[in-house]
Amino acid sequence: MAKVLLEMKNITKTFPGVKALDNVNFQVEEGEIHALVGENGAGKSTLMNVLSGIYPYGTYEGDIIYNGEVCQFQTIKDSEKKGIVIIHQELALVPQMSIGENMFLGNERGKKNAINWNETYKEADKYLKMVGLSESSHVLIKDIGTGKQQLVEIAKALAKNAKLLILDEPTSSLNETDSRALLDLMLEFKKQGMTMIIITHKLNEVVYVADKITVVRDGATIETLDKHTTEIDEARIIKGMVGREITDRFPKRENVAIGDINMEVDNWTVYHPLYTERKVVDNVSLNVRKGEVVGIYGLMGAGRTELAMSIFGRSYGSEIQGTLRIGGKEVTLKNPREAINAKIAYVTEDRKGNGLVLSNPIRVNTSLANLSGVSSRGIIDMDKEYQVAVEYKEKLKTKTPSVEQNVGNLSGGNQQKVLLAKWMFTDPDVLILDEPTRGIDVGAKYEIYCIINDLVSMGKSVIMISSELPEVIGMSDRIYIMNEGKFMGEMKASEATQENIMACIIQSGKGE
Amino acid sequence: MKNANVAEVLKKNAMLIVLVLVYIYFTARTGGQMFQPLNFNALITQNAYVYILATGMLVCMLTGGNIDLSCGSFVCFMGAVGGIMMVVKGWNPIVSILLMLVVGIVYGCLLGFLIAYVNVPPWIATLAGYLAFRGWGTKLLSANSTTGSIAPLPDSFLNTFSGKVFSTGVGKMNIPCLVAGIVACVIVFVASIMSRANKVKKGYEADSLLTVLARSVIASAAIMLFAYKLGLAGGIPTALIWVVVIVLIYSFVTSKTIMGRYFYTIGGNAEATRLSGIDTKMIMFVAYLNMAVLTVITSYVVMARFQSANSTAGTNYEMDAIAACVVGGVSAYGGSGKVLGMVIGATLIGVINLGMSLTGVDANWQKVVKGIVLLAAVVFDIVASKKNATR
Amino acid sequence: MKGIKLTDVLKKYTMVIALILVLIFFYITTGGKILYAQNINNLISQNAYVFVLAAGMLLCILTGGNIDLACGSVVCFAGGLGAVMLDRDMNVWFAVIAMLVCGTIIGIWQGFWIAYFKVPPFIATLSGMYAFRGLSNVLLQGYTVGIRNTTFLNVFGGGADCYIPDFMGSANFNTTCMVIGIGIAAIYVIVVLRNRISAKANGYEVEALPSVIVKSVIICAVVIWLFYKLANYKGIPTSLIWIALVLLVYSYITTKTTMGRYLYAVGGNEKATVLSGIDSRKVYFFAYINMGLMAGLGGILTVARATQAQPTFGQGYEMDAIAACFIGGASAYGGEGNIFGVIIGAVLMGVINQGMSIMGTDANYQKVVKGLVLLFAIIFDVMSNKKKK
Repeated sequence: MAKVLLEMKNITKTFPGVKALDNVNFQVEEGEIHALVGENGAGKSTLMNVLSGIYPYGTYEGDIIYNGEVCQFQTIKDSEKKGIVIIHQELALVPQMSIGENMFLGNERGKKNAINWNETYKEADKYLKMVGLSESSHVLIKDIGTGKQQLVEIAKALAKNAKLLILDEPTSSLNETDSRALLDLMLEFKKQGMTMIIITHKLNEVVYVADKITVVRDGATIETLDKHTTEIDEARIIKGMVGREITDRFPKRENVAIGDINMEVDNWTVYHPLYTERKVVDNVSLNVRKGEVVGIYGLMGAGRTELAMSIFGRSYGSEIQGTLRIGGKEVTLKNPREAINAKIAYVTEDRKGNGLVLSNPIRVNTSLANLSGVSSRGIIDMDKEYQVAVEYKEKLKTKTPSVEQNVGNLSGGNQQKVLLAKWMFTDPDVLILDEPTRGIDVGAKYEIYCIINDLVSMGKSVIMISSELPEVIGMSDRIYIMNEGKFMGEMKASEATQENIMACIIQSGKGE
Repeated sequence: MKNANVAEVLKKNAMLIVLVLVYIYFTARTGGQMFQPLNFNALITQNAYVYILATGMLVCMLTGGNIDLSCGSFVCFMGAVGGIMMVVKGWNPIVSILLMLVVGIVYGCLLGFLIAYVNVPPWIATLAGYLAFRGWGTKLLSANSTTGSIAPLPDSFLNTFSGKVFSTGVGKMNIPCLVAGIVACVIVFVASIMSRANKVKKGYEADSLLTVLARSVIASAAIMLFAYKLGLAGGIPTALIWVVVIVLIYSFVTSKTIMGRYFYTIGGNAEATRLSGIDTKMIMFVAYLNMAVLTVITSYVVMARFQSANSTAGTNYEMDAIAACVVGGVSAYGGSGKVLGMVIGATLIGVINLGMSLTGVDANWQKVVKGIVLLAAVVFDIVASKKNATR
Repeated sequence: MKGIKLTDVLKKYTMVIALILVLIFFYITTGGKILYAQNINNLISQNAYVFVLAAGMLLCILTGGNIDLACGSVVCFAGGLGAVMLDRDMNVWFAVIAMLVCGTIIGIWQGFWIAYFKVPPFIATLSGMYAFRGLSNVLLQGYTVGIRNTTFLNVFGGGADCYIPDFMGSANFNTTCMVIGIGIAAIYVIVVLRNRISAKANGYEVEALPSVIVKSVIICAVVIWLFYKLANYKGIPTSLIWIALVLLVYSYITTKTTMGRYLYAVGGNEKATVLSGIDSRKVYFFAYINMGLMAGLGGILTVARATQAQPTFGQGYEMDAIAACFIGGASAYGGEGNIFGVIIGAVLMGVINQGMSIMGTDANYQKVVKGLVLLFAIIFDVMSNKKKK
């Protein structure tokens, strides 16, 4: 019987108006990989923030017992001293500094007032080797890709002598190959005796690495599954997360006629805005028809967002070549406004960062891309704007007491709905949705899929960029597969399976 | 009917309450001098520049906490330019006014270009102007006059931007002034009631009739007080008309027009605004062009009040404008703030200015007080919005 | 060995090149006077405050393009405080400490609001700029307060005779100064050599030998030339010692200490720094406390040089300090910049100040020029960052 390394007993944490954790009990045995799964807002990250000291002792009820002793962490450094290291979803790296400098930030080599830089770089190189990176520790963070940055983070944790490593969504920005490499690294660490907690929503990864899986729902631990005693597969996990069997995760789309080509892109090449010799999108051709949902699946770094943004009024890219045809006619769209006028809408990947104005109400956000639609001669008709906002709130079933509510106060799923409302209000013919269900719970996802179905039933075209294979296969009529800036292939959704899509990418020869 | 919670009312109208309290304090300290008609007049004429500059500053700050540190020095510079045109060269005042406006537009375009299209941080771009225009203006004045100031300015100019409308002597009640006050009160009442009725008709949330009436009564009382005092002081100051017109225009622009809306959303999230199809660079450009134009208008009023162009004009004006905005609830980070709030802030600054002068406070202590008021206002604003913010 | 491209060298040393060009310009327009020994000497002592204030300002700018608009007013206030104290015959060292403490306390005050209440720095320091200017006037009652204490004047470089005396007496040429200059160059070479040898012994990476030699030769040449010039006019001004001290200390802090590192980290990516367990508020606080301290020292040097305190001192000093930092390559967005750049920037500002004085330019036009210089330095910085990012 393995020793219990960590026990979190009766943990309760409240924020104003919300109980984020409700009497949670959580145990991790030494040397195991323990996965924490749950819908968004279920409380996983909160629990880990309590453990790592980000929420200090005194701001929560209950006990943390590590290695047999009760711990009362006041800061991150307290937990790190015990060997508990957390790697956050947003990488904690300073882009202008080198790998070596970043690795020992907060953990400097030498004395407090006399940093020994030579030793810093030498040790950094040592840890880099341990995670399989061949770069020199002098390289700047901004010059390496996200996959490698994630590994630097892990090296940073190793340099802190981590005994219990917590990884929060470690593969969320990684492509399939890098994700797999990271998971294998975890298994390697496990062999060396490291204990790990992984928070992830990618259930296939959970099945691959986890020894135990704890399901969290609504701030409480629902159940813990043990690989050695229970048969674990994704369906079983989902059932625990959502509390019901999801057989139909994707609403059926019936009787939608697919018409003429709405938008077409030929030989589209986009160069990087700074490294102007680098092709970010390489000779891509695609088309989408009325009433059709076209999926673009690709690995991170494939260039899908860049492709979308370059089409949407040249919002990205230093030089763009190729032809864009709308309704058969060739057009040049020089900025987002021209794209909107050409009836194209682009729902950004990062709704909080560049999609919504969080400090403004729903009403203002809904009309933002089409203020002239609620104004005359430059003057806003407040009544009309209000009505439009209410109309979309009802149509999309946005949960909010009033459209005067600030968008920043809504949950992720409802924020995404407001974002969709904004673009639907521009009455587009083609909607490009970039990761429309990222970070949204299963229930809200379903509602958004229904909205997509409604859109295409009205004859519109939807291009859906997604990194979730089941979603791409379940919602698309056709799928384009993108890798390293190129389209690797195209297939009908009815013929697509996870295996042959991955095969399509791997067959390119490089697979990175 | 909504229940009026005393605490909530206090919080929402904090600055207004502070204004009233400060006013009462100074009235008591000066033995009632603050309450005299001539001082009401002074409050307006001496601080007209704050209202006009702060209006422009408000628009800049909305876009993201951006400010214009050069406006005071630019007022001095424009004074020199105007003085040279009208007095030294003897050009027609109307032509001079238009030419000055052109100069302001040129500067505004330059500034807007640097900030919006070259991405120079605004405080640096305007810091350069703060220094350069003070030097240039002073140089122009000393090169064109033995005393360092240029006078006398043409009467037509002075009458357009200073003095009184329909003026009568001090002491006798000025009828047009009272009439104007009464008309203003009527407009306030009618507008509030109509707007409420409209909301009720459409089924939106509206304040209770009692609240609306109470607010209108209080506003009307203030208006009539002003009208009465100004009437006794000889009539409506011309500067007041300029201030009121500008404040009304910008109040409308910021709350009801598309351009006004865009200022707010850029301050809230510039990238999201850009990707919604709005030319954010153009909006920033307009904000600074607007500031320059308003600065030129300010220089007209200031020159007219001093009846000359001199090198001390504009000193510390940027400070007053920024303070007026911040005290009036404009966020130092952008994205929120109203013209009405700015007006209250500017009035508070004006009351403090006047009160300190009347109580004989040393000009240097006045500087200290203003510096502290600015800091206190920002801290208050930040703390208050932290409490309002949710997770 | 790494290959050296001419364009890379140009980019890295743009500001040095700019400095050389400006020197050439003023050399021509002043008929060579700008390089007279006396003028070089004056350049150092008249602009000592720029070096000192810019060192403090650099720390603030590193944290994210934050500045201190109040430092000029603080210089005036602290200087005035010291002058008043000396006028009342208080102990000179007590007065000196009081001035430094005064500046530091103001730094703590401003730093507190900026770091812990998140007041935007330009507003917090704009408030200070006005408040402390007002307080200076209150303190000095509008008068000029003269300073007679000779210890103070001698130590802090005021007046005409505050130089390190010549111990090897020769007429018209301060041999001590020359010897010190040669000594400094020698020490520099020895230190560089020693570091290189020990680094190699430990197996660390070292910079390519040719570039090390070139850099050392240039630096030694400049140092020796400078001290030669100084020796031709009365020797080392005492203010140079203070400048050197400040620059050395802050050079060390920014490169070798953890807090120095955190300044860069906060400016580069504050979120990442916080997630690495660092309290960013302490970092901002540290930066502004140092700025206050430097303003105090700047006050000392200013009133010592002028042998008096006037309520108008310090006006525009913050501009000079900010300009020096940006000209020296600090980024307006934080995370980049170093003491070497500050030196170049301060020297450039000094050359411009000195050059315009020699040319007899109207004081008002000098203001215009300085404003434009600042503007162009920023535009250049912003545009070159656009390409780099």
